[in-house]
Amino acid sequence: MDFKFDIEGGNFSKAGSASSDVKKVLKKLNVDPKLIKRIVVSIYEAEVNVVAHAYEGEMNVSIFPEKIVVRIVDKGPGIPDIDLAMQKGYSTASPAVREMGFGAGMGLPNIKKNTNELNIKSEVGVGTEVELINYLN
Amino acid sequence: MVKVSQILDELNAKLVCGNTDLNQDINFGFASDLMSDVLTIDSDNLLLVTGLNNLQTIRTSEMSDIPYILFVRDKKASEEMKSLAEESGITLIECGYSMFRACSILCKMGLEPVY
Ligand SMILES: Nc1ncnc2c1ncn2[C@@H]1O[C@H](COP(=O)(O)OP(=O)(O)OP(=O)(O)O)[C@@H](O)[C@H]1O
Ligand SMILES: [Mg+2]
Repeated sequence: MDFKFDIEGGNFSKAGSASSDVKKVLKKLNVDPKLIKRIVVSIYEAEVNVVAHAYEGEMNVSIFPEKIVVRIVDKGPGIPDIDLAMQKGYSTASPAVREMGFGAGMGLPNIKKNTNELNIKSEVGVGTEVELINYLN
Repeated sequence: MVKVSQILDELNAKLVCGNTDLNQDINFGFASDLMSDVLTIDSDNLLLVTGLNNLQTIRTSEMSDIPYILFVRDKKASEEMKSLAEESGITLIECGYSMFRACSILCKMGLEPVY
């Protein structure tokens, strides 16, 4: 099963709507609520990162019998040093983003904590691709 | 554990959204204006105490399965926030007390901390 959602950079009033839709789908499929929470918290962090740090993006969700794969791809400034970005507390968020309650540098570490596999690819000046894999069971 | 009705009484607070059974017990409390911090919480049945009143407060609670939000310092939930909260079954409470005062009362009442 495949789903695709658009993400608008900079638009905080819509941030989270893609993750919210995914949550509804997972609930309908009777996925374990604890696992749903781990998945939607991580994809929401990744969605907010696109809104906060990039220009536009999309979320692609593929649901298999044994795993859920979510790929969030954006056009944006990219991440020059991914190891640095993964560190707790590292953030380049703007004051506007901080005002919305984000920009503590906790998102990527939290995604790592909540997913079985996290793959990040990024090209400076082009964009970023974040892939999250969670196994069902 | 603290009942919703006790919170309304002791904090002089008002329930502004949610078809909530006032007899319901809440186990945990967490106070923050930082949504990325809220997203790290694993506890169930939690009251989020916050001064951040925007849509992301509701979205964050929706993703984290947080059933109760208390806005302090007279921060008001907008209509948009209320309808999103309603959709996700989240109860919204408003009070005039500061974050510090609200938390110290809630702590004395028996709401448990997370970390
Ligand atoms: N999609 C992205 N495009 C460009 N830069 C990104 C993207 N995602 C993350 N980053 C960079 O990595 C840093 C760390 O990201 P992380 O999600 O951990 O923290 P944050 O978004 O700054 O704050 P928080 O997630 O706590 O709200 C960001 O500040 C930003 O510099
Ligand atoms: Mg982030």
